[in-house]
Amino acid sequence: MNLDEALHTFIEESRELLSDMEDSLLRVEQEAEPETCINAIFRAAHTIKGSAGLFGLDTIVAFTHVAESLLDEVRAGSIPLSQSLVQLLLNCCDHMHALVNAVEEKSSLEAPALKEYGLSLIQALEAYRQAPPTQHALAHVIDSSVIEAAPPENELTEWHIAVRFAPSVLQNGMDPLSFVRYLHTLGEVFFTETLLDQLPSLPELDAELCYLGFTLHIRTASSREELESVFEFVRDDCNLCITHLHDTSRSTSLEDSPWQALPCTPSNDCPECTNSCTQNSSSANTQVTDYSTLLTCPVADLTPATPPVQATAAPLNKARTGNDVQASVRVDAHKLDQLINLVGELIIASAGATEVARKLRHSDMVETTAAVSTLVQEVRDLALQLRMVKIGGTFNKFQRVVHDVARELGKDIVLQVSGEDTELDKTIVERIGDPLTHLVRNAMDHGIESSELRLARGKPAQGSVSLNAYHESGHIVIEISDDGGGLDRERILAKGIERGLVEAGRQLSDKEIFNLIFEPGFSTASQITNLSGRGVGMDVVRSNITALRGTVELDSHAGEGTTVQVRLPLTLAIINGFQVRVGNAVFVIPLDMVDECIEHKPQTSDTAQHYTDLRGSVLPFVALRQHFELQGPASTRPNIVVIKHGNHRFGLLVDELLGEAQTVIKPLSRLFSQAQGISGSSILGNGNVALILDIPVLHQQLLANSSDLNTPSHSVAP
Amino acid sequence: MRHCFAITGEFSIYRAAELAQALHEWLPQAVEHGYVTLDLSEVTEMDSSGLQLLLSTQRSAQDLQLPFTLQAVSPAVTDVLQLAALEHLLPSAPEL
Repeated sequence: MNLDEALHTFIEESRELLSDMEDSLLRVEQEAEPETCINAIFRAAHTIKGSAGLFGLDTIVAFTHVAESLLDEVRAGSIPLSQSLVQLLLNCCDHMHALVNAVEEKSSLEAPALKEYGLSLIQALEAYRQAPPTQHALAHVIDSSVIEAAPPENELTEWHIAVRFAPSVLQNGMDPLSFVRYLHTLGEVFFTETLLDQLPSLPELDAELCYLGFTLHIRTASSREELESVFEFVRDDCNLCITHLHDTSRSTSLEDSPWQALPCTPSNDCPECTNSCTQNSSSANTQVTDYSTLLTCPVADLTPATPPVQATAAPLNKARTGNDVQASVRVDAHKLDQLINLVGELIIASAGATEVARKLRHSDMVETTAAVSTLVQEVRDLALQLRMVKIGGTFNKFQRVVHDVARELGKDIVLQVSGEDTELDKTIVERIGDPLTHLVRNAMDHGIESSELRLARGKPAQGSVSLNAYHESGHIVIEISDDGGGLDRERILAKGIERGLVEAGRQLSDKEIFNLIFEPGFSTASQITNLSGRGVGMDVVRSNITALRGTVELDSHAGEGTTVQVRLPLTLAIINGFQVRVGNAVFVIPLDMVDECIEHKPQTSDTAQHYTDLRGSVLPFVALRQHFELQGPASTRPNIVVIKHGNHRFGLLVDELLGEAQTVIKPLSRLFSQAQGISGSSILGNGNVALILDIPVLHQQLLANSSDLNTPSHSVAP
Repeated sequence: MRHCFAITGEFSIYRAAELAQALHEWLPQAVEHGYVTLDLSEVTEMDSSGLQLLLSTQRSAQDLQLPFTLQAVSPAVTDVLQLAALEHLLPSAPEL
């Protein structure tokens, strides 16, 4: 592991910690028992500081130190965690984010803007610390039980630290001296001893192995945990022993526990080891010899052998990795993409093999290719599953957005999240963030009324925005709803007419009117605030979503609120397709959208008739042959594929049903970007190209046509 | 003018193996002179492996019953020795 990799790990870890910290900060005000949250916040800040110290990132250390000290006092109960303090700490979080970003981009941490902002935050933090803690005396009393149990935080304690490093630490890119150096920043190191007993003379020396150990005495305000976390990066590669230098009560109680009886098991948290250290700490000389005996055992033998040792180590490990232990592996997203691509090629190749086998009428071969196809299908499903992530992570980011925007707007708004476990493709998750942010901001800005107005309308003063996600026929539906005033139908219609988006006098359904706000150039002047109306309009939201082969719909009820439904495909790479033939062309329909297939019996010779009877209800359909102006032999027995799109049903008139097949989606070249009704292409087993139908667009065109039919001014059918 | 082994530039893990080899090969010469002296005035960086190498050389000198001294040290070396509480190795300390 070279330093770059270690640094990368640091950056990743810091980001995770910062987002944990942010989550905890946002949660802490609602928690009945905020201690856990505060501890999590403190731990995050502390770990970042510790790790940054290892890399000599002094700017981060300096800044985080101030935040950490303040958090320490919050933890001890001497400073209450007020709303304004939470806000300040959130800003600190952002600043640390910015610093970590700067580290990643290798840009200067001392950039004027960063530095200035950092200083202003430090001043604000210091101001909190200096505020007289008189009014918090009460809190102190309440928490006194906790405080008594733990050693007093702000008091200086003298600690004895003995550490011996594994031979491999140098090769792992760690410099043992840097830990010593960092300890100097935590307090006053008043005794140091470099342990050399393991160090061979030159002929036997392997210069790339580490033979060193240190004994240090430090006077500091830091707790044992904090000192332990200094060595977090080499946790598995060192033998650490931290004890109180003058802890009489402990040493007496440990008198009878014979540490000598435990040969060679001085582990990180071994209590016996701790005691022996304490006992012998009176004289520096004897102490050093003792430690060398204690610590001479090679690190390989240090695996805790006795149950009590394991018991103490377990909770510590848990604390280190956070609340949930995730049994997962980090994989480069690029590798996943490669895998999906290859699986795609595999599907095409196996479809080719199946085709050949069928043509040759070789029954054994048909059987084997069928088996291969089944396996390939399973591989495909698994590979796609790998890319699936839960949407909860994205949703939770909105806690912060809502918190910030609500403050900016001076409204009291809470975010409710449901369906966090709904999974969708990682690429989509990454690209849905911006449109969602805009929709959420919009809901807060335009949707939710001011508290006064809400009360006047008989609603609770606190507004609510909710995010919900669920799966529906091969799609994921994300709903953003608010309990605000709803959209003003008349004003939108008036604006639409003014902008020339609709013809005056035309009858439009509520839904059609509401969806006008997704049209380019639609923005009602009175709506522009400093939040929305900053150039990113709802039309951009829609085009972003369309680019993901998704659709967006809006529904609103005056006085009750607005719901925006974003419907997205589950994946962008491979779908189960249903192949149909029209003339000489083969088209693919996403199988999830196919409801059923029925035979079409033309009742009249009138081809302009675009609806049929489906078990007593009217089913409009699109005749693909006419729609795409296709040539080629027509079928004597045409079929209608019934499509379910959201709550709508409509049909597609085709010549022949070819059946289902796995379809690898290949994007269309830019030349065809204007082609309507086609969302992509796919290569068939025989090497031909099949076009994938864009069902939402076809549906829209169908609706446009039928509304043209219904409108008096367009009485002639197209 | 004392005969000494001069280390310049980085005295760290990146060059540790190379320097250890060089020091090892140089030792017979030091035996001839009757003392082991290092010149660390041009060291720009020093880490734990540098420190280790320095101390291992000292141990070798002890094994050979030769006096070990540092001729001159750069600030980087001073810093490391102070951190490790090994100030007695610094040139001003009377070692001989």
